[in-house]
Amino acid sequence: MGVPDERGRFGDFGGRFVPEALMPACLELEDAFRDAWSDPTFVSEYRTTLAQFVGRPTPVTPLPRLSEKLGIQLYAKREDLAHTGSHKINNVVGQTLLTRRMGKTRIIAETGAGQHGVATATGAARLGLACTVFMGEVDTVRQELNVFRMELLGARVVPVTSGSRTLKDAVNEAMREWVTCVADTHYCIGSVMGPHPFPWMVREFQSIIGIEAAAQLSALGAGEPDLVVACVGGGSNAAGIFAGFANTDARLIGVEAAGGAAIASGSPGVLHGMRSMILQDEFGQIEEAHSMSAGLDYPGIGPEHAHLADAGRAEYFSVADEEVLDALSLLSESEGIIPALETAHALAWITREVGTLIPRGATVLLNLSGRGDKDVAQVRQLLAGQS
Amino acid sequence: MKSLEVSLRALRDGGRKALVPYFVAGATHDWVRHVQAAALGGADAIEIGIPFSDPMMDGVVIQEAGLRALHAGTTLESVGRDLAVLDTEIPLIAMTYYNIFLHYGLERSAGRLREFGISGAIVPDLSLEESPEWTVACAAQDVATIFLVAPSTPPARVEEVAEHSEGFLYASARMAVTGASSDEGDAARVVANVRDVSDLPTYVGIGITLPEQAARTAMVSDGVIVGSALVKVILDGASAHDVEKFVRSFRDAIDEAPKT
Repeated sequence: MGVPDERGRFGDFGGRFVPEALMPACLELEDAFRDAWSDPTFVSEYRTTLAQFVGRPTPVTPLPRLSEKLGIQLYAKREDLAHTGSHKINNVVGQTLLTRRMGKTRIIAETGAGQHGVATATGAARLGLACTVFMGEVDTVRQELNVFRMELLGARVVPVTSGSRTLKDAVNEAMREWVTCVADTHYCIGSVMGPHPFPWMVREFQSIIGIEAAAQLSALGAGEPDLVVACVGGGSNAAGIFAGFANTDARLIGVEAAGGAAIASGSPGVLHGMRSMILQDEFGQIEEAHSMSAGLDYPGIGPEHAHLADAGRAEYFSVADEEVLDALSLLSESEGIIPALETAHALAWITREVGTLIPRGATVLLNLSGRGDKDVAQVRQLLAGQS
Repeated sequence: MKSLEVSLRALRDGGRKALVPYFVAGATHDWVRHVQAAALGGADAIEIGIPFSDPMMDGVVIQEAGLRALHAGTTLESVGRDLAVLDTEIPLIAMTYYNIFLHYGLERSAGRLREFGISGAIVPDLSLEESPEWTVACAAQDVATIFLVAPSTPPARVEEVAEHSEGFLYASARMAVTGASSDEGDAARVVANVRDVSDLPTYVGIGITLPEQAARTAMVSDGVIVGSALVKVILDGASAHDVEKFVRSFRDAIDEAPKT
């Protein structure tokens, strides 16, 4: 994984496309992050918090029954076991510590499925920061329990009624709010997206996933994986696990929702402060993504992923909604792990491609980015609709 | 120097405070008649918003107008076609988000603006650092690239932004997206920071809602931009005559204020 250039670019992608009102904050944040990330005291507090509060390291779990069914050696990096139920907390721990270090007292965030919102509310509560989360109105209905969780944690949840009322619009609204309060408020972006330094900083805070997983696979005697597979909305769990294997021969695979496949169906554009691959129409208007999974319902992708795709270092595929439920049931029944709908996209790709893109016998590492508890009501409805 | 800047400097040197109303192109079917009415009402330049699906710097009023315009099928090309019937000598300035120009092609966009009779462009999500390619495309077409400074912009950066802005410098009166307000906000301080380092005409926008507020703001600057307040009356069904009266109320208040 690369370090962005002085304009915040990974190859042709990235940069800082934000209103002037926010430029000083982006520049300040870059300085603060560079300073903190090279300060052993900060890094040590970040690592200690991950150990004592988040429960890291999360294990790598061999999946023997599913491996046998599929004819591969399948392992899962268990981010579902991290506090709050997904990898999102890793980034939040980093950004909340940085918020306090910058002397800011309030944090705002966008959320799609609610995982990043819950993680942010959690991190804010732990450090005594005020917290407001912007969530598309559609998503507040799809994920109403997560809204309540955030409120229990002391956060204010603002339903966003503009545009498509999903993740993309929650980001717009958080940006608009940030303009009004940037002096005392940090915007805790939840994925490897947005203006520089966010895509780089969030990847750094998530790289712990890949660093741990590489060591754990070795310790299990599995050696280097042939493939590393993760789901991609903005792409933070994928960036985090790829970071541990970018210098190996492993094929890095990102799996997007078919209705939000920015790499497969998008083109270069500028949205939410970054130049990346974006779903847009012939006039440059942003198109709405459509996915059963609120966390993948995003028309863009982190700029480093656009660059990795461009450079051929990572490959991106998509799976349709109907493939995802089967994968979710399969993992639940054969291994006793109910994954998040987002994560089930990555597994759906694996089950589809064994014997084609995945050679039989291959060692495959799946990033099990989140647990499925938040999705069970929706899955129940969808399964009832199928029968 | 770009033509737009020549005109706007002449306006300032002639002692006139600039009044720049903002319209969302395509928000109503008769939007060009509204623009014409604003010219009659005493506008010195007109900002024409080209709608974008994700307007990060805009509040609810301009978001709503933009959505209506997009539903009506407004595009960069349709704006140009509509403008063909406009009959005015005052400068036209486009305002839109970068992806519209980037997707259409930067050189092609700048060329079309020129052909449509538009002599400047404001792109609020295009930071100075990311602007060189757009500036080059506009240079070839005599389209002025207008940049913003905000209350959060440190003095050293104000100087850098002012050096690159052409036509005028857009001074944001407050830390906010477009929308209503009733005071002058930080206008005096932001303009003073500009005056320390640049003689570029400096216009204040964001939250200019009332004629008296506009007049007070014009006293500490070279002009004012009136956006959401005007777009709101248009969304509420204003006729061309209403728009002319609205603009004239700002014109009169500004002209009657004591000279500075």
